[in-house]
Amino acid sequence: MNSTLASMVMEMGGISMKIAVLSGKGGTGKTMVSVNLAAAAQRAAYLDCDVEEPNGHLYFKPENPVEEPVSVKIPKIDHDACSGCRQCVDFCKFNALAYINKKVMVFDDVCHACGGCAIVCPERAISEWDKTIGKLLSGTSETVEVHSGFLKPGQASGVPIIKEVLAKAPGDGTLTLIDCPPGSACVVMESIKDADYCLMVAEPTLFGAHNLAMVHELVRLFEKPHGVVLNKCLEDSPNPSEVFCIEQGIPVLGEIPFDLELGAINSNGEILVRVQAHYAALFSELLLKVKEAAARETAPDSQR
Amino acid sequence: MKIAIPVDENHPGTAVCASLARAPYYLIKDTVSNELTFIENTAANSQGGAGVKAAQLLVDQQIEALLTPRCGQNAAEVLTAAKMKIYKTEYPSAKENLTAFNSGLLATLNEFHAGFHGHGDGGH
Repeated sequence: MNSTLASMVMEMGGISMKIAVLSGKGGTGKTMVSVNLAAAAQRAAYLDCDVEEPNGHLYFKPENPVEEPVSVKIPKIDHDACSGCRQCVDFCKFNALAYINKKVMVFDDVCHACGGCAIVCPERAISEWDKTIGKLLSGTSETVEVHSGFLKPGQASGVPIIKEVLAKAPGDGTLTLIDCPPGSACVVMESIKDADYCLMVAEPTLFGAHNLAMVHELVRLFEKPHGVVLNKCLEDSPNPSEVFCIEQGIPVLGEIPFDLELGAINSNGEILVRVQAHYAALFSELLLKVKEAAARETAPDSQR
Repeated sequence: MKIAIPVDENHPGTAVCASLARAPYYLIKDTVSNELTFIENTAANSQGGAGVKAAQLLVDQQIEALLTPRCGQNAAEVLTAAKMKIYKTEYPSAKENLTAFNSGLLATLNEFHAGFHGHGDGGH
């Protein structure tokens, strides 16, 4: 699709938009924001890519959930065919292989399932087996399609599960909210890679501003259009994250107050927009601003 | 017999390094030639799997006895497969541990810690 056509489609309302919600640290409100934005939309998909601690499903409580295992390819050595050249050991950047007593040892929990060792082996002595590293859980909650990834403890990387979660994004133009893992490491990069817009959630503390700066650097590196939601805002109190946004020229799309009622509802696993009209209004407005900002930033005449 | 110790610096007065896999150097003592050498630990800066790579390095040096304050599970698996003996260091300096080992005063290390799996390096 060319860019002119893309903008026409947007004007017609058939926006195929993926919005990634991320933050530099845990506990800033990524899940609260993404769950409530998805619930505020007429129709949406919610993808939980925080596979080490997925919790969006606790809010949505999807009906008729379907589980699918997710596996990766782990090398298996045919010791009789192995000539002991050690090319696989030297190739492995993750140090998952060792060559001891004329035998290749495989460390499953270190292996990142890149498949490289099987390719470089000149004796074709390496085959692969499927190791289950987690699962996907899919279901619906009112008008929201929910897909969550779960990584089993002790696995090398959540990236293979995140890929599977993202593959569940509807291709029919449904608004899609991607709940990212915290931080700015590989798993976050994987989660935002295909996003059209990045929404960063930030706390009103110096630490919060520091973490915001980290994810800001990441979204700029990925050249993603982005904006910020300031969470836990206190009236008449300095907000270092807001100062950072002003200094860096980052659009602030909304502010969520530090609010005991909000905290109580949220900690009870309830969706704010489904239980309180004024929160429904707050998130509907935020959703509108996010959609507008994303449409503007991804428009063909944008200077990005 | 060749004895190895993870160390902080590449000189005979060095202290034992607290980490086996992330030690910058290994001191190697050859009890036959009485020679003392240092090798650089090429696994030290690995993002992950440093224990496996460091253990491979030691096995390739034909070390028979390793004196170390601690050792991870993966490294231990490699070292045991190679039938290397692992002893627990009891003193801060490499020299004192060598003396103690020669007098048979160091006990074998039997407890191996779980890997850190990228936690703590911030860049996994």
